[in-house]
Amino acid sequence: MERQTKLIRNLDWFTIILYIVMVFLGWLNIYAAVYDENHNSIFDISQRYGKQMIWILFAFILGIVIILTDSKFFTTFSFVIYGIVMASLIAVIYAGLEVNGSRSWIRIAGFQIQPTEFSKFATALAVANLMSRHNFRIMRFKSVLQLGLIVGIPILLILLQNDTGSALVFCSFLLVFYREGMHGSILLLFFCTVLLFIFTLLYSPMTVLLMIILGTLGSFLYYRHSRQELFTVILALSATFLFGIFLNWLFDLKKEYSNILLYSYAVICVVSIYFIYKNKMKHIIMLLLASWLCICSTITVDYVFDRLQPHQQKRINNLLGIDSDITGAGYNVHQSKIAIGSGGFSGKGFLEGTQTKFNFVPEQSTDFIYCTIGEEWGFLGSTTVILLFVILMIRIIKLAERQRSAFSRIYGYCVAAIFFFHVAVNIGMTIGMAPVIGIPLPFFSYGGSSLWAFTILLFIFLRLDANRLQVFR
Amino acid sequence: MNQKFVYRQSVIIGIIVVIALIYVIQLFNLQIIDDSYKFSAINNSQRVETEYPARGLIFDRNNRLLVYNQAAYDLQIIPRQMSAFDTTELITILGISKENLIREIRKAKRYSRYKSSTIVSQITDDKYAMLQEKLYKYPGFFIQTRTLRKYNTNHSGDVYGYIGEVGQGDLKDPYYSAGDYIGINGLEKTYENVLRGTKGKRILLVDNYNRIKGSYKDGEEDEPAEVGENLYTTLDIDLQEYAYKLMQNKKGGIIAIEPSTGEILLKVSAPGYDPNLMVGLQRTANYRKLQQDTTLPLFDRTVMGIYSPGSIFKTVMALVGMEEKVITQHTMFECHGGSYFNRQFMKCHYHESPLALRAAIEHSCNPYFVNVYRRLLENPKYNGVRDAYDIWRNYVASFGFGKKVSFEFLNEGNGFLPSQDYFDKKLKTKNWFYTYIMSLAIGQGEFSATLLQMANLVAILANNGHYITPHIVRPTDAEHAEKIDTNYLNINNQYFGIIADAMEDAVKSGTAKSAHSDSIVICGKTGTIQNNSGPDHSAFFAFAPKENPKIAILVYVENGVWGSRYAAPIAGLIIEKYLLGDIPTKKRYLEKSMLQANLINPTNEKNATSENNLTEE
Repeated sequence: MERQTKLIRNLDWFTIILYIVMVFLGWLNIYAAVYDENHNSIFDISQRYGKQMIWILFAFILGIVIILTDSKFFTTFSFVIYGIVMASLIAVIYAGLEVNGSRSWIRIAGFQIQPTEFSKFATALAVANLMSRHNFRIMRFKSVLQLGLIVGIPILLILLQNDTGSALVFCSFLLVFYREGMHGSILLLFFCTVLLFIFTLLYSPMTVLLMIILGTLGSFLYYRHSRQELFTVILALSATFLFGIFLNWLFDLKKEYSNILLYSYAVICVVSIYFIYKNKMKHIIMLLLASWLCICSTITVDYVFDRLQPHQQKRINNLLGIDSDITGAGYNVHQSKIAIGSGGFSGKGFLEGTQTKFNFVPEQSTDFIYCTIGEEWGFLGSTTVILLFVILMIRIIKLAERQRSAFSRIYGYCVAAIFFFHVAVNIGMTIGMAPVIGIPLPFFSYGGSSLWAFTILLFIFLRLDANRLQVFR
Repeated sequence: MNQKFVYRQSVIIGIIVVIALIYVIQLFNLQIIDDSYKFSAINNSQRVETEYPARGLIFDRNNRLLVYNQAAYDLQIIPRQMSAFDTTELITILGISKENLIREIRKAKRYSRYKSSTIVSQITDDKYAMLQEKLYKYPGFFIQTRTLRKYNTNHSGDVYGYIGEVGQGDLKDPYYSAGDYIGINGLEKTYENVLRGTKGKRILLVDNYNRIKGSYKDGEEDEPAEVGENLYTTLDIDLQEYAYKLMQNKKGGIIAIEPSTGEILLKVSAPGYDPNLMVGLQRTANYRKLQQDTTLPLFDRTVMGIYSPGSIFKTVMALVGMEEKVITQHTMFECHGGSYFNRQFMKCHYHESPLALRAAIEHSCNPYFVNVYRRLLENPKYNGVRDAYDIWRNYVASFGFGKKVSFEFLNEGNGFLPSQDYFDKKLKTKNWFYTYIMSLAIGQGEFSATLLQMANLVAILANNGHYITPHIVRPTDAEHAEKIDTNYLNINNQYFGIIADAMEDAVKSGTAKSAHSDSIVICGKTGTIQNNSGPDHSAFFAFAPKENPKIAILVYVENGVWGSRYAAPIAGLIIEKYLLGDIPTKKRYLEKSMLQANLINPTNEKNATSENNLTEE
């Protein structure tokens, strides 16, 4: 009895409430997305919102079961769980049902289940187990090999199912490795290559430039550990930029804002060289060089891209889901942007969306659920959802950091990283900022497997967290 | 290891926050700054359907339906919403060739990708039923219901006019959009604004397959179509039909006016055309055939034709002469089969001589009226012939000559009442004499008039000196009613009695005996108009009964040789038909001979009835 009250007291109720709120909001939006005047009972099993209601009830039960399970179960049996899930992934390749070109569904006791979703928490458990071992050193070849094997197996199996999107989710483990000591430059390299390539093609020069400058400033903070210096630089840059806009207006120069920003940044860099020499900041000069390298390369990417054959451009655009061809490959993103864009500041109101309701947006209750949110709840609603996720992720990171056990901490980071990847890519693709890879938005997208998988992922961590005072391992 | 990398949580949180911020900026951009997505959303999900109002109906004076509506279906597309479809099935249903379909779609795309264009117009009912079922397979296609005209008569096309798709010029009026129908001629055009009604619109919500999902805001912003107003014409359709029969195989025109109201009872331009030919898919083909017809069925002879009035104009000469006091009803002139005027001979036919005004009208004596004209132009009251001519001209103009008398016939001609300048130029001198222009006195020469103006003249005679603007539609509102004026002439009414007596004589015993009726006192006057390119034209006008006239009629038969040969008997028959309701048995033979007379193809009179071999839709 005492143990139980302790358990209840030690549970992180903030996260649980956040979870319940998000699941409830998710259900509301699924209801809105598939709303049909002929079927408006919320328990109508023939409709998706009716089914989702059942999935939610199951998820709650699952959560309670996990909370009631001894936390040692997860640490001890992490590899067993991993093994079982991997076996099911193999089973799917042979016995799975094919849906939308990918063979990732399996029928168990009348339910269609997607083992891919469960492979995430299973891999997280295995990774946490491996990395928390005393003899694990992230810089050691053997350890890297073991880690690569554990993460590589599910990636390979999922790729075999033809589900590239879900396979890419495992990239998020890089964040975990980084937290556990992987050299920062690897992460940076990874980020830079991916982002620079995509961003240059996807966004206006202004956005790309802003991102490069933000990145540089971030790195600046990383090297200098001085908020005061950072604020000075930001202030100086903003002032120069505003002055540039003023000059532009005064002399009617008709320069693009991106160019003004570029010039302002150049001015700041030149000025800062004086301070760099004075204070002997070698890192910073490298950083500045790197940022200018990025700027140059974006210009080159644009230049080269413009000179490619049209069909080559199209292929790249389609890969990235850029809405160049709004009836073909870019249709989804275009319609999704229309739906979100038409929401305005406060949205059209619950059940008032026209774009999502009338099937303009494909996969509206699953991968593109965020469109419904954007259309019906507007800027307010869509930023609120982003904010909720940011709070959840930061909360998980903070919880992870307070763990005495390395296992719990690493697992916590896995949870945060997986959420991050899902949220960033899912929302990103609906607003045209990320390539279209079909992965669900946690708690919001329709689907039992994904809801249960995310519930398990989160609740195992909450269970471990509830035990943080007893476990030292 | 643990403690060393604790700071990295801030880096990871930083990445999360930066990405979140970028997304929020993008959302701000999409949802608040950029309006184009809102516009796209409206385009995506709303379809504004135009509701076409039913066009107003047209009735005759006894409320008999003349023109009504018939549903027609147009297949339209919005190219942007199209996707690949099974062309074979569609062309089978529509019964058109694939090339045709592709061409039309291409044309529609060129016009607009967002606006609807008609692909196939006027689909038949059975095809429509079939198409309606299959339409869901063809996104972007939909059916627009329209109304077409249907006519209860196979004549009087010139009166009704017809409707057709709007032309480029009409599109300047924002009411119309491409493919709309508009009145092109006749009453359909004159009263377009009354007949067309007001278009309505329905805003529908459609899904990505263009399937209708309901109405926008429960129809709050929909506007219902308002049905066009009906036209109540003053025509007597029975009389009109009878007149058409009498005019078959003849060229010319008939107009009858109710003198007391100015209402046009009948208006026949012969040969006319069947208005039903101007409806449906065959319209263009039929129109071309009619256009090439040498008898000019599309030419409205009653208002567009410019004719010399001939002897019927002598009534005007007599009235002006009396008003100007250059003659009295007792003034006599000599004539022996014609007279010389300053060495120019004016021909006449044999009659007693000398004769006074009444007999001169009865026998239609030419020299008499040249004498009257001479006295008018050489009137010492005025400063020379040219001034006197202007005085005369003003009198003639007050009868409605030289200008449009109505407002309803858009292609109505003015006729021609020459000015003194005209003669100055034509005669190349300002010193001209009456002899130069004396043919004007007998309604020939340079002077010409429309048949409507001549009919209006006889209405003036019937009214003893005034006329009401002739009109064919009864006004329903004040604005319309204001256009119908009563015009008084500056001529003493008592002179009109003299003219009426003379015209009565003309029918009883003079030139117009063929118009005589046993039971009705008809006052008439014939006219035979010299024609240089064929037999002379035959004209006759009359009003009846003499006391309190109910009908004033003008009949003009091209190449009818004598006024008394065709025009007078036809007028007599129509008057009897109108006032008695039937033709007395005694006159049946006359009716028959009028019906059978063929002046267009006199040689093969037997094939007379096969006038039109046009295909009718």
